[in-house]
Amino acid sequence: MTYDDLLFGVFPYLCIIIAILGSVWRFLSDRFSYSSLSSQFLETRQLFWGSVAWHYGILAVLTIHLVGFLFPETILSWNAEPMRLYVMEATGFTLALFTLGGLIMLIVRRFSSSRIRVVTSKMDIALLLFLLIQVATGVWTAMFYRWGSSWYAMYAVILNAFLLVLIVPFTRLVHFLSVPIKYIWRPHQIVRWNRRSPIIGA
Amino acid sequence: MDVRAQTSMMFHLDKCIGCHTCSVACKNIWTDRKGTEYMWWNNVETKPGTGYPTKWEDQEKYKGGWVPKEETIKLRVADKASTFANIFHQPHLPTIDDYYEPWTYKYSDLFDAPAGDDQPTARPISLITGEHMDINAGPNWDDDLSGSTVYANNDPNYEKLTEAEKQALSELERLVFFYLPRICNHCLNPACVASCPSGALYKRGEDGIVLLDQNVCRAWRFCVSACPYKKTYYNWKTGKSEKCILCFPRVESGQPPACFHSCVGRIRYFGVVLYDADKIESIASAPENELVERQREMILNPFDPAVIAQAEKDGVHFSVIEAAQKSPVYRFVKEWELALPLHPEFRTLPMLFYVPPLLPVLGHVENGVYDVDATDYFTSLDKARIPMRYMASLFTAGNEEQVRGVLEKLLTVRMYKRAEQVDDIDSAQVEAMLKKTGLTAEACEEIFRLTSLPTFEERFVIPPTHQEYTAELTVGDPYAFKAEVGVGGFKGSPERGW
Ligand code: HEM
Ligand code: SF4
Ligand code: SF4
Repeated sequence: MTYDDLLFGVFPYLCIIIAILGSVWRFLSDRFSYSSLSSQFLETRQLFWGSVAWHYGILAVLTIHLVGFLFPETILSWNAEPMRLYVMEATGFTLALFTLGGLIMLIVRRFSSSRIRVVTSKMDIALLLFLLIQVATGVWTAMFYRWGSSWYAMYAVILNAFLLVLIVPFTRLVHFLSVPIKYIWRPHQIVRWNRRSPIIGA
Repeated sequence: MDVRAQTSMMFHLDKCIGCHTCSVACKNIWTDRKGTEYMWWNNVETKPGTGYPTKWEDQEKYKGGWVPKEETIKLRVADKASTFANIFHQPHLPTIDDYYEPWTYKYSDLFDAPAGDDQPTARPISLITGEHMDINAGPNWDDDLSGSTVYANNDPNYEKLTEAEKQALSELERLVFFYLPRICNHCLNPACVASCPSGALYKRGEDGIVLLDQNVCRAWRFCVSACPYKKTYYNWKTGKSEKCILCFPRVESGQPPACFHSCVGRIRYFGVVLYDADKIESIASAPENELVERQREMILNPFDPAVIAQAEKDGVHFSVIEAAQKSPVYRFVKEWELALPLHPEFRTLPMLFYVPPLLPVLGHVENGVYDVDATDYFTSLDKARIPMRYMASLFTAGNEEQVRGVLEKLLTVRMYKRAEQVDDIDSAQVEAMLKKTGLTAEACEEIFRLTSLPTFEERFVIPPTHQEYTAELTVGDPYAFKAEVGVGGFKGSPERGW
């Protein structure tokens, strides 16, 4: 087995498996800790600039990556025409800068507000730094390896990405596993009966 | 018809002395933890005033409650689509500064300060950051109209008043205030429940208590914005929201909630009412000036055989129906129509009702002597120092006739008793008032009794919880409900996550 096999054949699957098992384990054993741990209540202005830019950016970027990952041919055939490639690159680049800007704001906020420092754990800082490495290397790839989106991968970006997947169950990142999609179709009001039927989950 | 039982409450504002015993009782039991220092699930505010959190009634600012939309209603804070758009940052979420920054004092300085010429002082330090802070707001900062130029004059209900009325309220000779104790209203159409994307909040089917399941809460914090009464709170330490639980562990064991039990003025009444759950949506969507009446209409007569039959069919236990028949809340709200909901125009159908205060009439100063017209003392509502419009803004969505009707009834009871006990009021005058308000002599007597001389058991009529039925469900598998009650899961200690 070569290093390549180990890094790109074994490590990613290991990360994904640990992430899934870890999240399930955490959900079953310590459901209380599943939370977005919002800190808007203590500081709202900086959060607006940080959180909105970051989330809109990262969600768009992740979606594009996911499409590229699952259907590489789609992206390649789309990019076959230069004009389309430029559009793709420009959009990707703007989004990436947006994401990076938001993330930097979030990091600044973690250190600059005394109230926010009180609710900042070591893990929060570690996570923000991991994300910074990820987004920064991603932007760097896009800038200096023309044209980045036609490349299948950049080693560092990919490895750090799987590292991020790995730490999901051990950080606040679990919050995006509980995106409340059920809200879209559930009725507004919820009534729980103690006697009529057992209350299973919610 | 879908008959359900709702645990309901009534506060008699004429009896509230603003002592805050209720608030302290609640705080000592439920909110003495880190992250909850600023929370007052029960608070008592001075009216006129801006309240807690500051200007909570101003829904232009906080976007709480429901607003009409076509034939029905929608949440003001966000519809389902904008919930997802605003989840990363909520534009209308109150922050700690809308309540106040909790603090303590650095008492150790009193002992540890080096010898010097000055007395050592214990400076205030923030309970959040631990740093020194200047206190510029606190719980009941505006008690008894203190700082009224800042607080009373910014009361959101003043918007309904004329300039002259506003001016008059700040004249020294006319100053008047009353207390408004507030807890969660355990609404029939709770905005908190409806707004929670995770579905963490729910209404209990059997008794209507509104609770928040912290194991489901993910700190999307929409409940905080959506509750127009600002009675859900965000715990910044644990990253979970919390709210008044109507002391369900006490209620389930036959005791009234702590704030009710401890109330010194005995202003609080507790009992169930039966209501028709099929009507919730249509009544919450009614035109503003009909809301009070329609909500009253929704409450069913527990003596009506048809209601009893349907209630039993819908699974309401007979002992609960019996409790509804003895409920003091039913008498004040439905039978005598004396108690009104707070800000019905928020459309959550709150189930805490208030008997509005009968404030003193305006006296006059003559030759430097303050005097009230003794003959008019018990009769004139028009000379009341708080404009009727203000009361209407609080309790009837602006319908002045409705508040006036209630206050006239309260006056009638007083006149009736005064005529009986002191005999200085013309009986024809009393008769006229009885006729006008539609009260009978017996009703006056009963209102007087339940207002002034009720026993503990008359104020608090708590139906049995029937744990035995719940226990029966576990026959065969005693673990069937594990992790569904109490703090579930393998670990389940309420601590902040990693
Ligand atoms: C659709 C899915 C998502 C939702 C609904 C969501 C929602 C939230 C919310 C409500 C907060 C708390 C903001 C506050 O303090 O009030 C938050 C924080 C955060 N989210 Fe997300 N998020 C999502 C996806 C993601 C993803 C995919 C990532 C990263 C890969 C991410 C990373 C973060 C980080 C790092 C924070 C902490 C920010 C800070 O306060 O420093 N989120 N998210
Ligand atoms: S008062 Fe607020 S928290 Fe209580 S049930 Fe009504 S909407 Fe929910
Ligand atoms: S009912 Fe209980 S929890 Fe609710 S405000 Fe009163 S004391 Fe607090």
